[in-house]
Amino acid sequence: MSYATDTHDDHDDHDHKPTGITRWLYTTNHKDIGTMYLWFSFSMFLIGGFMAMIIRAELYQPGLQIIDPNFFNQMTTVHGLIMVFGAVMPAFVGLANWLIPMMIGAPDMALPRMNNWSFWILPFAFAILLSSLFMEGGGPNFGWTFYAPLSTTYSNDSTAFFIFSVHIMGMSSIMGSINVIVTIFNMRAPGMTFMKMPLFVWTWLITAFLLIAVMPVLAGTVTMMLTDKYFGTAFFDAAGGGDPVMFQHIFWFFGHPEVYIMILPAFGIVSEIIPTFARKRLFGYSSMVYATSSIALLSFIVWAHHMFTTGMPVAAELFFMYATMLISVPTGVKVFNWVATMWRGSMTFETPMLFAVAFVILFTIGGLSGLMLAIVPADFQYHDTYFVVAHFHYVLVTGAIFSIMAAAYYWLPKWTGHMYDEKLGKIHFWCSLISVNVLFFPMHFVGLAGMPRRIPDYALQFADFNKVISIGGFAFGLSQLIFLYVVIKCIRGGEKATDRVWEGATGLEWEIPSPAPYHTFTTPPEIK
Amino acid sequence: MSTKEYEHYYVPAQSKWPIIGAVGLFFIVIGAASLVNSFANDTAGWGGYGLTLGLSIIIFMVFGWFKQQIEESMSGLYSAQLGVSYRQGMAWFIFSEVMFFAAFFGALFYARQLSVPWLAGEGNNAMTGEVLWNGFQNIWPLEIMPDGRETKGMAWTGLPLINTVLLLTSSVTLHFAHVGIEKDKRGQAKVMMGITILLGLAFLFFQVEEYIEAYHMGLTLDSGIYGSTFFLLTGFHGMHVTLGTIMLIVMFFRILKGHFTHDNHFAFLAASWYWHFVDVVWLGLFIFVYIL
Repeated sequence: MSYATDTHDDHDDHDHKPTGITRWLYTTNHKDIGTMYLWFSFSMFLIGGFMAMIIRAELYQPGLQIIDPNFFNQMTTVHGLIMVFGAVMPAFVGLANWLIPMMIGAPDMALPRMNNWSFWILPFAFAILLSSLFMEGGGPNFGWTFYAPLSTTYSNDSTAFFIFSVHIMGMSSIMGSINVIVTIFNMRAPGMTFMKMPLFVWTWLITAFLLIAVMPVLAGTVTMMLTDKYFGTAFFDAAGGGDPVMFQHIFWFFGHPEVYIMILPAFGIVSEIIPTFARKRLFGYSSMVYATSSIALLSFIVWAHHMFTTGMPVAAELFFMYATMLISVPTGVKVFNWVATMWRGSMTFETPMLFAVAFVILFTIGGLSGLMLAIVPADFQYHDTYFVVAHFHYVLVTGAIFSIMAAAYYWLPKWTGHMYDEKLGKIHFWCSLISVNVLFFPMHFVGLAGMPRRIPDYALQFADFNKVISIGGFAFGLSQLIFLYVVIKCIRGGEKATDRVWEGATGLEWEIPSPAPYHTFTTPPEIK
Repeated sequence: MSTKEYEHYYVPAQSKWPIIGAVGLFFIVIGAASLVNSFANDTAGWGGYGLTLGLSIIIFMVFGWFKQQIEESMSGLYSAQLGVSYRQGMAWFIFSEVMFFAAFFGALFYARQLSVPWLAGEGNNAMTGEVLWNGFQNIWPLEIMPDGRETKGMAWTGLPLINTVLLLTSSVTLHFAHVGIEKDKRGQAKVMMGITILLGLAFLFFQVEEYIEAYHMGLTLDSGIYGSTFFLLTGFHGMHVTLGTIMLIVMFFRILKGHFTHDNHFAFLAASWYWHFVDVVWLGLFIFVYIL
């Protein structure tokens, strides 16, 4: 692809940036909003990470030593909620805000004011969620999946705060995704046909569709929870004809597409980075698009694989088992394409590429353990053990989070105009890579040996592994402070970045100056 | 599409309304959460004040935001491309609403097809029926619950049927109002809008009547899964009709003020899409909640 970009430079001279706090409060600029999303996400990542440190400190030794079991439950619950809704999703939305308009040659997001609203709901929502931890009786303690009746009959008074904060998080996500979809459908520059769009844009288009389809279902779920707990309805109460298992069905109808919401943009990021550093075009672009779409569609019919042990009819167990296994086909296509892109490429290994390659390998490990969990008879054994914890942390930490790190390093020079400190970036990568595997890999073993998840104590035979896991956890947590330092250092200065930044980079965002001007593509570029 | 269409995409300047909206939602959330807790524990609290404050802020925001929006639109700042963004945005918003109702319809279908029959011992659940809920039978409407409490089912004849006729008619009259705007027949638009709004209000009136009737005959929110699905589905639908009616009333006054032209009436279009959507949801309700 070649791009004719004739008009952008002359916009630099009237690049008015509003100043002061109102710049951020009132902004309609996609770059400012993207920046706010990314910083918000990073602060949530640190808060959620701190909770993980508390969990790992308690599990460092068998027995109860630091916190009481109720607080332990609150930590596992809020850690999950913060990481899913506060760290991973806003990070991807932040990247979408920054990058999609630049990638498709649009002046901004389609609905800039709503964009601001979507962001500013989040700090309030999470302030409420976090403050519930300090309320009488404590915060949510029923797990991030808030299964009834734990979250209804047996939950504490702060549950209402949890429920309503989830409602407004959902509003934020829905508005954010409407914005993304409309931007992609309506704001592409002339000549930017669908099959020329960068894969990050494609994956976000599909992600946004999933979000609009399932966030309302989550809103419905928490609403039923609210009326069951406070207003006497019987959705999840068998005595009135309802069914607690129904909660799980409705929750996972949201929850499984949600899992892909947290990984599809990661696929997009990696599909941008690997071709750049392999100095080759992405292998199998259109098959990537079709694979992403198939994964998204399949995500609607696999939800009950989270519930194999609830006593569903055998026919349902078989259906959900086979449907789940089917997902490994399009996922396999993707992994194959990334490997094929690297095959005989002239590769270099700057930090973004290191994270991207680690993503491909470690995400595949998480995918394969997912395949093991999809097998019904095996899942009867693995269900609710640390094996499950290992599985979803491989796909979410070494999958989603690693891709976000890769994206941050890859586009930081474009955002700030400076190169980050490559040496420190590499140190961050190697520290993260080693510690994350020390942290999560042994969880497979303790899980297969039968250690249950979400319990603050464990049998003595798991003591050694848990000590190793905790040490890995602390190391991984500390490693992220390096990242914080690198980002701040990069914002404050450093070697000047060129427009293209990376030798092999293609795409509209590399045609504009670094740092990207406050307004880009007020006149759309022509794509040939 | 040619380059020309893209040249004037309106990227609005800074706006204070979104952050005001976020603050409003914050007070609604903490107010409502505190209120339901004082309601459940029978204690006094500040929830009501918080909720009122939040709602007031949101109403203030809606007025301010829309006022600005209307002024910008009337002064010709908006392009055709922005109009497309608005239309697509509204369409996706309605899709999200569809999925919200889908969750409750899903609960209804699950209860009727799976959980209630299982509680009565169907499939491999013979012992569930025998040991846990002995004597419970799967008869919908679920007038006798597994724990023996009793309630009454709502018949589809009577008020629900009247309401169906009212709402379906209102969709037709709204369509004629739309045609009136498109053909610049403003008289027709005004009359048809007036009729639509009256039909909507009549629907809401009868819906309230029906709830009163339900509570009199012992069908309440805590009447088991039948009452739960009945009230949440019809209740959320009623809330949407209320919102839709408010939207239509605003559109009515805007027509009276001379707003909207045959080629520029997005606000009206959005309100009418919303109304037709609410109508379709009602059809689903009428069939699955009342008749079947």
